[in-house]
Amino acid sequence: MEGPAESLFDVRDILEERKSHIMIKDSGCGGGIRCEKETIAGSISQRACVYCGARVVLNPITDAVHLVHGPIGCASYTWDLRGSLTSGSSLFRNSFSTDLREKDVIFGGEKKLAAAIDEIVAQYTPTPRLVFVYATCVVGVIGDDIEAVCRKKEAQHGIRVIPVKSSGFVGAKPMGYKLACAALLELMGDAPREKRPGVNILGDYNHGGEIWIIEGYLRKIGVEVVARVTGDASCERLMQAPSATLNIVECSGSMAYLSQQMEKRFGIPALKVRFIGFNDIKTSLVQIAERLGGGALVEKALALVAAEEAHVGPIIAEYRARLVGKTAAVCVGGAYKAIAMIRLLKEFGVRPVLIGTQHGSAEDYAIIRDFSVDGAVIINDTSPSEIEKYVREYKPDLFVGNVKERTLALKMGVPFVDFNHDRKYPLTTYEGMINFIKELDVTSNSPVWKWARTELTE
Amino acid sequence: MLDHTPKEIKERKAVVINPAKTCQPLGATYAALGIHRCLPHSHGSQGCQMYFRGHLNRHFREPAEASTSSFTEGASVFGGMANLKTAINNVFHIYDPDMIAIHTTCLSETIGDDLPTIIRSSEKPEGKYIIHANTPSYVGSHILGFANMTAAAIRYLSAKTGAPNGKILLVPGFVNPGDMREIKRIMKAMGVDYTMLPDTTGVMDAPLTGNYHIFPDGGTRIEDIIDAGNCLATVALGQFASGAAARELENRCGVAPHIMDTPMSIDVMDDFLMLLSRLTGREIPAELEEERGQIIDIMADLHQHYFGKRVALFGDPDIMIGLTGFLLELGMIPAFVLTGSPSNDFEKRVNALLAKAGVAGRAKAAGDLFALHQWIKNEPVDLLIGNTYGKYIARAEDIPFVRVGFPIMDRGVHSYQPVVGYRGLMRLLELMGNALLERQERDAKDEDIELIM
Repeated sequence: MEGPAESLFDVRDILEERKSHIMIKDSGCGGGIRCEKETIAGSISQRACVYCGARVVLNPITDAVHLVHGPIGCASYTWDLRGSLTSGSSLFRNSFSTDLREKDVIFGGEKKLAAAIDEIVAQYTPTPRLVFVYATCVVGVIGDDIEAVCRKKEAQHGIRVIPVKSSGFVGAKPMGYKLACAALLELMGDAPREKRPGVNILGDYNHGGEIWIIEGYLRKIGVEVVARVTGDASCERLMQAPSATLNIVECSGSMAYLSQQMEKRFGIPALKVRFIGFNDIKTSLVQIAERLGGGALVEKALALVAAEEAHVGPIIAEYRARLVGKTAAVCVGGAYKAIAMIRLLKEFGVRPVLIGTQHGSAEDYAIIRDFSVDGAVIINDTSPSEIEKYVREYKPDLFVGNVKERTLALKMGVPFVDFNHDRKYPLTTYEGMINFIKELDVTSNSPVWKWARTELTE
Repeated sequence: MLDHTPKEIKERKAVVINPAKTCQPLGATYAALGIHRCLPHSHGSQGCQMYFRGHLNRHFREPAEASTSSFTEGASVFGGMANLKTAINNVFHIYDPDMIAIHTTCLSETIGDDLPTIIRSSEKPEGKYIIHANTPSYVGSHILGFANMTAAAIRYLSAKTGAPNGKILLVPGFVNPGDMREIKRIMKAMGVDYTMLPDTTGVMDAPLTGNYHIFPDGGTRIEDIIDAGNCLATVALGQFASGAAARELENRCGVAPHIMDTPMSIDVMDDFLMLLSRLTGREIPAELEEERGQIIDIMADLHQHYFGKRVALFGDPDIMIGLTGFLLELGMIPAFVLTGSPSNDFEKRVNALLAKAGVAGRAKAAGDLFALHQWIKNEPVDLLIGNTYGKYIARAEDIPFVRVGFPIMDRGVHSYQPVVGYRGLMRLLELMGNALLERQERDAKDEDIELIM
């Protein structure tokens, strides 16, 4: 049978304060959406915190120790949680914490932090070259001077020890992105670097090995990659980043501050790119080629696009035929991902009817509105109850989201695809497009949905 | 590739590497989810609740809805009172739970928010409930948080009216809904009337009907928690996760506490049934006698596969104590028994079990998986038992690995299946036996492969 009639939430149950965060696109001009505000206390937000933002950006640095200074929870919840692949060290996949106890909170945690860094240095041969120290909530309240401890330990051990003052309450997740960018800038240093032709890839976290595929494309075109930021990054190569001539930026939300500052400090211009979907991959590769000299580079880029499209196109077409006309909900964290996803789904003939992000900006939402279909509902800082309400109303055939949306969508009998971190293979790039459309196909055509919305007694 | 743990053991006092525990608020959230139409609420930064929900989602593969006070810089300077009052108002208005179960976090505890005062001065709709537990993340572990929230439900709600209800209050501990279902089946087979608190069956193992509801059908009924004051006795399974609730009900209502181990061995399971029988006068039914006979039959059939095998196990303290008992009954050697939870009692309890069986092994509380891995490198074992995080050690050392505990984020179905009761022991035997035999076959030469084992 079709979706059930009973709904716990109807429009009057949406908090007054939340109504302005929700927008329905109509054929005329849509209004604005309220965003970039704090979450309302008491809502079940899908949002994370400052620490989370900082950690996700820095975590893929493979040979770094990520030391969480605070009680144990924050280290436990972020232990190897994201599928960032490494070609070198896997030190980053271990979880380090000062595990602050009551007496540390009373008397201060600086001594324990200092001792923890000493112990880490003593455990490993060779000595880790880079330690990030993340301050979590309590540390921000008790006022540990983690900068002083880090400076002292840097000098003592001859390694980089970089503080990240990421107490959860000092802002929202994007604040954490900015702190991570500042930490990366500190690692890169101020010393003038000799330029060499090549790009940095910013905002690719190498989920399922995506950055390797993109590097492969660039190599074919004749473009060298100086540093990966931060997917499969190493301390050594990150420090070379200032010598690049161009930053190509994928996840612009997390990398905004870094790309601005690298332009200012090192004179490296930034180019926003997207490797999701035929249109965006082609545009991105051609733009990179143009920015690095044009001519032969552009020809090589076009040749690569032609070859890949010839290979991937028929496979996509085959699956597309089984998906065309379906509708989808897209609820993800960042607006970058939401925008890319809407464009990709449209290439697949799937109509996005419900779009949510946790932290989109006014500019992002304007783009989302332009790209989405008429009648689509667009929600800022989506909560489960709002997702439930609009899923009932719009009855999407598919749901694309993160782990917390997964369980919700499945409970409502909506086929689900994870486009976040609980996944094991690339979803961006041409190769990723095949994976993604296959996954859409698998989930929407699984026999399980035949029973998912029925009960024996009905 | 994942093996970054050096064999040489050097002293560590400050840094934890690869934790075997998490923080109190997660346990408080799980306990509160086991109360019908109760919304767990985290009084802290919004990231905390996102992490608890994510962890619970990944283990149970179920929604785990919970709200947060969403602390900002202002709240952490001036206190979280305004945020909490707004949150309470919004939660009742928008989600309409029958109860909000608030837990504190390291942040709100350090600031010193006075929860009872804030709750008293909050607007609460008629007939609704608000309870709270202090769960600072820098004390104990998720197990203490579970214990504190379960005890808080009793502290706030339970009352003795002088009308005995003849029921047992059964506190199952931080276990899966699969375990709770098994315990309930046993209670039913015994013919014992009971209230289980908390009860995540029907919540964290809810069926897929397409009819999602933020408050599923399961969970302990609030009226039953109130009526718990009239119970005959409390049976608390697992001293660490369940003891506090039993003591709380004794203090408030004079209900006799019976705190025992999680029934994960023949001995403890026997004790559990005999205790129920003694408390209620019910006889142990043939059905359960038969199951007991079956498990012993299986142990006799297969004892040679287990005997003398060295096992490293890690996880939550009650589960570790329960499992240690069973491994000893199988003639296995619990060589390393580790929990991340801090406790004075844990090592004593495990060591007493080992001493009684005359087996040499090492117990450790407040340990981490880096230490466990180093021990295993120095003194290899035949089998590893623990949560998902054990897979790194199992892979690095090439040891058969059985997943038991929380969280298990890389396998399905486990949360529906018991590890308690005679049926749970059967499952454990199958899991362990298969792991050992599959390893034997994997490593065997062609000529040594046998059809019958």
